[in-house]
Amino acid sequence: MKNYSVFDILGPIMIGPSSSHTAGAARLGKVAQCIAGKEFEKVIFLLHGSFAKTYKGHGTDRALVAGILGMEPHDERLRNAIAIAEQSGLEIEFREADLGYVHPNTVKIIFERKDGTIAEITGSSIGGGNILVTNIDGYQVEFTGEYATLFIRHRDEKGVISRVTTVLAQHGINIATMKVSRKDRGEEASMIIEADQAISSNVEKELLNNSSIISARAINPTRGENIDV
Amino acid sequence: MYNNGIELLALVHTKNSSISDIVMEKECKISGMSREYIRNKMKERLDVMRVSAEFAINNDVKTVGGIIGGDAKKVERYYNQSISICGDIVNKVMARAFSTSEVNASMGRICAAPTAGASGIIPATIISVAEKFHASEDQIIDALFTASGIGEIIAKNATLSGAEGGCQAECGAAAAMSSAALVEMAGGTAEMSLHAAATALKNIMGLICDPIAGLVEAPCAKRNASGAVNAMLSADLALAGVKSIIPFDEVVEAMYKVGKALPSTLRETALGGIAVTPTGIRIKNEIYGNK
Repeated sequence: MKNYSVFDILGPIMIGPSSSHTAGAARLGKVAQCIAGKEFEKVIFLLHGSFAKTYKGHGTDRALVAGILGMEPHDERLRNAIAIAEQSGLEIEFREADLGYVHPNTVKIIFERKDGTIAEITGSSIGGGNILVTNIDGYQVEFTGEYATLFIRHRDEKGVISRVTTVLAQHGINIATMKVSRKDRGEEASMIIEADQAISSNVEKELLNNSSIISARAINPTRGENIDV
Repeated sequence: MYNNGIELLALVHTKNSSISDIVMEKECKISGMSREYIRNKMKERLDVMRVSAEFAINNDVKTVGGIIGGDAKKVERYYNQSISICGDIVNKVMARAFSTSEVNASMGRICAAPTAGASGIIPATIISVAEKFHASEDQIIDALFTASGIGEIIAKNATLSGAEGGCQAECGAAAAMSSAALVEMAGGTAEMSLHAAATALKNIMGLICDPIAGLVEAPCAKRNASGAVNAMLSADLALAGVKSIIPFDEVVEAMYKVGKALPSTLRETALGGIAVTPTGIRIKNEIYGNK
């Protein structure tokens, strides 16, 4: 039997009204923003299933925008997030979409960066404020954002994995889970690593020194609940 | 460690301790954190609960769907200005339960307890009964650990999700959690706590989840008010020595089976119950602009 923490039962501290449609949506937005980086000027949300049908009534739209602005699910500015985004010049668009055979509370978030590049992140809110990120820029992934997570795109070459794990070890980071996949032999590949310690931007930079690594992005947990009340 | 009520009671007896203490000890063990740390973290939740349970009594709130609002204020004014049928404390508890529900529905900050939809019950009852018994801050925090322990057993052996078990799994569980905590706060035994929790769950067994327009507003807020009163009366019955004929663990299992037997139309889909009454459908169409 799974052992629950008392804070799973009494918690999370969150902005209402729904843990799945509001708190989970805010966490999805925040994780997506961690992946996309900060330099974006337009964000399009493709809402699927229950998210598409009920997003206005549950404030899912405001929660998603709060997340991409970097707010936590318990941030009281969440309810004004759309206005805050507009004031900062960020363009926001919501579209109802059919994303196929996915969880009913799924959203695809498309970031248009200032340099013309695009980041696409898909994830689901799976209940109780918990989330699952399922796709980054076309790569199938699966992580919850509860651990510090490292997403690496690299060339499918010998020794890349050992170089990554060496850098992590040198920074005192212990790997909890790891998944490697590739488009084809010798082509582009990706790694998802969940770790017990936070992953700093120095780790990202050091990994990029390696010519086989195309990009490295650290996503540190968004479950922080240390709030000032 | 414990997985059900029987194991929890056995630990209370072996260690000559209380439910709150056993729950806290387990939390220290699984999290690796100190007692002080986890008590502070619980205190943070209590502070959020205190604010949400008062806010809509003293302030106007605007809910997202606009279906509810202003009921916390009405109840507060009512019992202060007239002789109520249930008396001051019951009305105070209902006003506070409404307050948290209205704060939740207006995108304010709440502590899910155990869910956002049922978040009004535990704050209203624990805070109000603590006032009546002049409970210390430490006793109130203990009560929240006791409530968590009961919620954990329900989560392990049944469910806390309305989509899985109906409202009985949300407002019913919250009332059961609260009633056990109230018993401990009032000086009752651990056995009495479990009798109270069993009674609270039995009182609403089979309660469906049928939110109008799928929103956490109606009938959710009223079920928080009535769930809070359910918690109090179940605690009083247990403290008076009234026992649940069916043991707590068996009631939890029965609640789970009833939840599984509910058709999906009655489990948070807004396809049954009051959600599909002519008025429920009209409100839904107004909100989503369908004609």
